[in-house]
Amino acid sequence: MMHGKRWVIAGMILFAALAAFPFYWYSMGEDKPFPKLEMPEKASACVEKTPFMRANHMRLLDAWRVSVVRDNLFVYTAVSGKTFEMNLHKTCLGCHTSTEKFCDRCHAYNDVTPPCWECHVATGVSGEGDAS
Amino acid sequence: MIEKALHGGKGYWAWIIFLAAGIGIGLFAYLYQLKEGLWLTGMSRNVSWGFYISQFTFLVGVAASVLIVVLPLYLHDFKAFAPITALAQFLTVGTLIMSLLFIFSDVGMPMRILNVPLNPTPGSMLFYDTLFLPGFMLLNLVIGWTAVGAEKRHTTLPPWVKFLIYVSLPWAVIMHTVTAFIYAGTPGRGFWMTAIMAPRFLTTAFAAGCAILIILSLVLRSLARFDAGEKAIRKLTTIMFYTLIINAFFLAVEYFTAFYSHVPAYSETFRYLFFGIDGNTAFVPWFWVMNLAILGAIALLAFPAVRNNHLRLSEACIVALVGLWIDKGFLLVPAAFIPNVFGRVMEYPPSWVELTVSFGIYCLGMLMITALYKVTMAIKGETLYPDK
Amino acid sequence: MTISRRKFLKTVSASCLAVTAHSAVGHGFELPGRMSPGPQELKARRWGMVVDMRRCDGRCTEDCIGVCHEIHNVPYIPKAEHQVMWLFQEPYENTFPDRSHELISKHLKNRIFLLLCNHCDDPPCVRACPTQATFKRENDGIVMIDYHRCIGCRFCMAACPYGSRSFNFRDPRPYIKTIHPEFPTRRKGVVEKCNFCQERLEVGKMPACVETCKKGALVFGDLEDPSSEIRRILAETPHVRRKPQLGTRPSVFYIF
Repeated sequence: MMHGKRWVIAGMILFAALAAFPFYWYSMGEDKPFPKLEMPEKASACVEKTPFMRANHMRLLDAWRVSVVRDNLFVYTAVSGKTFEMNLHKTCLGCHTSTEKFCDRCHAYNDVTPPCWECHVATGVSGEGDAS
Repeated sequence: MIEKALHGGKGYWAWIIFLAAGIGIGLFAYLYQLKEGLWLTGMSRNVSWGFYISQFTFLVGVAASVLIVVLPLYLHDFKAFAPITALAQFLTVGTLIMSLLFIFSDVGMPMRILNVPLNPTPGSMLFYDTLFLPGFMLLNLVIGWTAVGAEKRHTTLPPWVKFLIYVSLPWAVIMHTVTAFIYAGTPGRGFWMTAIMAPRFLTTAFAAGCAILIILSLVLRSLARFDAGEKAIRKLTTIMFYTLIINAFFLAVEYFTAFYSHVPAYSETFRYLFFGIDGNTAFVPWFWVMNLAILGAIALLAFPAVRNNHLRLSEACIVALVGLWIDKGFLLVPAAFIPNVFGRVMEYPPSWVELTVSFGIYCLGMLMITALYKVTMAIKGETLYPDK
Repeated sequence: MTISRRKFLKTVSASCLAVTAHSAVGHGFELPGRMSPGPQELKARRWGMVVDMRRCDGRCTEDCIGVCHEIHNVPYIPKAEHQVMWLFQEPYENTFPDRSHELISKHLKNRIFLLLCNHCDDPPCVRACPTQATFKRENDGIVMIDYHRCIGCRFCMAACPYGSRSFNFRDPRPYIKTIHPEFPTRRKGVVEKCNFCQERLEVGKMPACVETCKKGALVFGDLEDPSSEIRRILAETPHVRRKPQLGTRPSVFYIF
């Protein structure tokens, strides 16, 4: 014997509908093509290999931040043996000159909005004035 | 048991709707503040803590005051406090929710608030408070709920609850002492850096808690035919009377140390509060009302005619609360920044946004307390009047 | 099926906890590369600064304050209550309120002093911070702020006896005249202050204010290196610090 069977089942159906919402809502739309990322002209390889960077760039940036801010170590020697300055603007954005055409494209495709550009200065953004 | 909070008369629902509306208004104001930034408050580079942190301080005190009911009952077998124990514990739950929300409203990056437990910092007093507050809230919720449940089933408290009660006793003291240490440990603010901060915090907390419990018991007497018992009310009155006297003595000692020593670091803020500095007198009337209210409450409570008459007693409690709230919940925090570290007087008026958000948080706390009290009163009504 | 509400809630809560518990356990992540200090980095055990008021007349402070605020994207907010300042100026009476009186010498009265974070050796702000967003760097003594971790509680501002810290009451971007992209801005809701130009020290440069000062009034160096210029000056010239009785051991010294 269940009290309020009607309400419990109605509630469970409503909950299931809400919980599954992201799945059926987005499956109703068109498939977006994988974004075309503007690759840098200056270098052919990033700090680490592309699959690693794709999966771990945020963890890398976090580790870089801790190293620079807390440990006062700002040179990173990658697996390849190349050294890089652990600096978002100088190193990363030095090659990926347009955050709009590189970073934001993948982020938009994945529907994430990391708050990087609230503080770090986005570059190559159309419509923004000369920021030098 | 929670379904008891969902049944009530017209008056009950009118009150709930009023509180819900208050919460809604406060929420809108908070979202506006979140979008725009804390410049909407009256705080500034000089007075960087204000109304929100003051409310947090005052309410943590009221939360810690559950000790005055639980300690005599469990350590000294003072059975007269048994009927109001659940009321004190649920008051703690409500005030702690409000305290946490006031901190949340005050920080510049509320979405990062989990950085505090994620980066434990044993040297920081604020870190301890963010641990102690939710823990104490949970503790009292579990204890109070189990106690009311035991009352419903006409059983005694299980032993694990008794263990939690004993844990909650030093927890209350440590929690509020650590809150005082937030202020007493700052080297640059002479108004705060005094050893008497923690003792004063405890006495004002207990006085405020007694006053609120007395008023709530008397209100529930007319609303829910709840009888706290004359003995309990008398004992709470006595505790309030003596904690007010001790607090007044501590204040007098503070004033003496500040003014007799003539050391500006200790006396400038008191001079600002008593008389104003260079014509800046915004806090002066508040400060005088606070002192007169504390003394007035003591004077009123000295008369048996006041103590023994419920109406006069609740009036005296309100006078005490006015003084206690102005002290901890209004002046204590911003006054330490005046004069600022450069020796300048920059005053602090809370803004409408601050007051609206605070109103919303108070409504939310009162909603929580109302719901928990409704359950408690319903259970007590059932056990006392099983036929009705 | 009869199940009490209590048992139902217990089962559901335990199941939720079991399902989500794995995410509470940290995934150990190790960067494959190595970290090391930079080759040109200026090194010190404890950085300190001397403000020589015999050379600073307080008249060209828009140069040093200007360059500091410019390269660090410090906003200019007109309302005094919400100002953000890394390097700022105050008259003698407000710089040293505890040693100011009616009969101070005429060459100190109304003199404009340069103020900044003192990067104390025993900083009360670091003790106060509940997240260690502000901390004292072990290897060079700079009191740093990790802007990613700051929750904006402003406990550090209450603890600082020198008024060195500013809170971003509003979004600073509209108030920055020219954004220098090499250095991040901050966002509303965090506290900021002078960082002894640690990003310049990294690449072998002196702090911007020190370099810009035409009068040579700012001396910067390692307080723990007995052969440094700053140590020579401190040994030979009477100097004071702000509010030394508080035990904070500031690293900024004033000569006047």
